[in-house]
Amino acid sequence: MLPSYLTMAAILFCIGLYGALAKRNAIIVLLSLELMLNAVNLNLVAFSKYGVVPALTGQIFSIFTITVAAAEAAVAVAILIALFRSRGTVDVEAFDRMRR
Amino acid sequence: MDTYTNIAWVIPLLPLAGFLVITALGRGFRAASVWVGSALSLASFVLSLLVLIERLKPNAVDYNNGFDWIRIGDYTLTIGFEVTNLTALMLVVVTLVGFLVNVYSAGYMKDDERITVFYGYVSLFSFSMLGLVLSDNMLSFYLFWELVGVCSFLLVGFWYARPAARAAAKKAFIVTRIGDAGLFLAILLLFWYMPEHSLSFTMIESVFDHQGGTITAGITTLIALLIFLGAVGKSGQFPLHVWLPDAMEGPTPISALIHAATMVAAGVFLVARTFDIFQASEAAMTTVAYVGAFTAIFAATIALAQNDMKRILAYSTISQLGFMMLALGLGSWTAGIFHLFTHAFFKALLFLGAGSVIHAVHTQNIQEMGGLGKSMRVTAWTFAIGALALSGIPPLSGFWSKDAILTVALEQNPLLFVVGLAAAFCTALYMTRLFVLVFLGKPKAAKASIAGAKESPAVMTAPLIALAALAVIAGFVETPWNGWFASWLSDEAGASHGSALAIVLSIAAGMLGIVSGWLLFGKRRERSGAGFAERMPGLVKLAENKYYIDEGYEAVFVKGLRGLGTALAAFDKYVIGGAVKLAGVCANAAGKLALRLQNGQVQTYSLAAVLGIVVIVIAIIGRRMLS
Repeated sequence: MLPSYLTMAAILFCIGLYGALAKRNAIIVLLSLELMLNAVNLNLVAFSKYGVVPALTGQIFSIFTITVAAAEAAVAVAILIALFRSRGTVDVEAFDRMRR
Repeated sequence: MDTYTNIAWVIPLLPLAGFLVITALGRGFRAASVWVGSALSLASFVLSLLVLIERLKPNAVDYNNGFDWIRIGDYTLTIGFEVTNLTALMLVVVTLVGFLVNVYSAGYMKDDERITVFYGYVSLFSFSMLGLVLSDNMLSFYLFWELVGVCSFLLVGFWYARPAARAAAKKAFIVTRIGDAGLFLAILLLFWYMPEHSLSFTMIESVFDHQGGTITAGITTLIALLIFLGAVGKSGQFPLHVWLPDAMEGPTPISALIHAATMVAAGVFLVARTFDIFQASEAAMTTVAYVGAFTAIFAATIALAQNDMKRILAYSTISQLGFMMLALGLGSWTAGIFHLFTHAFFKALLFLGAGSVIHAVHTQNIQEMGGLGKSMRVTAWTFAIGALALSGIPPLSGFWSKDAILTVALEQNPLLFVVGLAAAFCTALYMTRLFVLVFLGKPKAAKASIAGAKESPAVMTAPLIALAALAVIAGFVETPWNGWFASWLSDEAGASHGSALAIVLSIAAGMLGIVSGWLLFGKRRERSGAGFAERMPGLVKLAENKYYIDEGYEAVFVKGLRGLGTALAAFDKYVIGGAVKLAGVCANAAGKLALRLQNGQVQTYSLAAVLGIVVIVIAIIGRRMLS
């Protein structure tokens, strides 16, 4: 059973990675990040059930991750709204202040 | 005991103290600087005189004392002073002229804003010159030699607001430097070849006097010629004479002190001090004699056509220094020093007299002057004495010393005797011309300052009178029938060496010069206005332009060096600078290229990071699989 979970998680992670690296809309980038986090969660849960040493730690850890991800999403969206208000766009390529 | 000789080292220190005090007081203490400078130079004169009196005792032993200066390994460099009859004589000449110039300057420089600076420099010069005279080895001699050069530079450029003075100061410094380089090389050679690397004059004397092949003839000649190069630079001999006439841009008392009586004589003094080296080399002696004789006649002819009062005297100085060199080259250094001794007095007198005239009429052009004899009696009389002494009219001092030189020349080399005689004739001629144009006749330019010229104050005429007295009597220490001076100076029994022929011819040359001068510039001029210049325009123009030596140097050395400098500057700018710029451009381009990576796109950065991770993972896995 484990390999199918892991493959699923890997596919999810790769989709997330692609979205985070390639998409121009900041909201989509944010969604892709969530996808990557969930791929990790899936891994944690899969290992906690079918791993070499099955234990509850993985599942608890994934709950923590979901909580933190929720908080992170709230902060990120707040920042994005602020950015949109000041710059009028959510295109990530417009945010290149660090260049100078 | 030789009490004063033992403390002769105090003599140069007095003016040094004066320099320090005057400099420390600053510009406010005008009168104080005059008093300090004069009093200390008087003190050093008195001390020098006491030293000289001690030296006059028969069999006075040379006194030498000093201390170790630097010890390097087993080599010790000493610094010290030496009192011989020659140095004692020079001490008196330098301090006496120095003192009189100090007094005179109180009047001449009265209204100058920087009189305190002037007195400071003069004191510094006196210190350096006296140190030079007292030095017991070549190295400290060279130090003081350079110091007097610096003082000369400072004082020639004293009125630095005038461009001509600045240029003259630079010229004086740079031209003498050529000679100094020669002297320095000579010192290096001496250091290399002398036993125990000794540079002291006593060692030089003993080594070269008894030449036992310690130093080969070629090296000896080389050393002598290099030393002579130094003397040529300092004493304004051909071909390095060009700085001396320009140095007349300095204040006139300075021309009297530095560029007539003392510093320019340092070259003669140097040759006399190291005379044993010259005597060991026939070629060097011949060079000295011919250069001296050529300079004597060469400068005298230039002096004939100049119109600047001080420049005439400057060329005259060059000519007389040539006489001294001639005497040295002919082997009679006592005659050279004798002429140095008398020349110091009458030439200082002439310069101070010229200064007195310039002070009164505010021009140096003798064509504008005239008739000053009536309004400036003391100056005119003393100047006349100086002019007659220079022209070699008995019984004034210049006659005896010039006669001593001509006698030697007649014995040794008739050709040089004839040249010397011609130079003596020219000397009398240009001095007559100078005197006639300045003091006799009527003013030629309608200037109020010339018509209403007044005699200079007593503080200026008193030194003139003192020097005039010396110009009259100084020659009697050595006459054709009394060789006291030469025997005292050289510690050898002097034979009287009179030559009736030389005496008669030298008097005749002087007289002839004066008479023809009178005819050419005095009476004839009044009547017809036609002078020498109208009849021989080409020759006069040649002499007036100093044989175009300056122009030649300008074209060859100055332009040549400038061209070389420009070429090197271009090389520096385009080749070296280009390489440096290329390196900069390369770095800049690399930076620009790297800047492309820094585009501010976080996604690009993370992509790079991911790619990096992929590479690392592949590498790790690849290694696992291979091993």
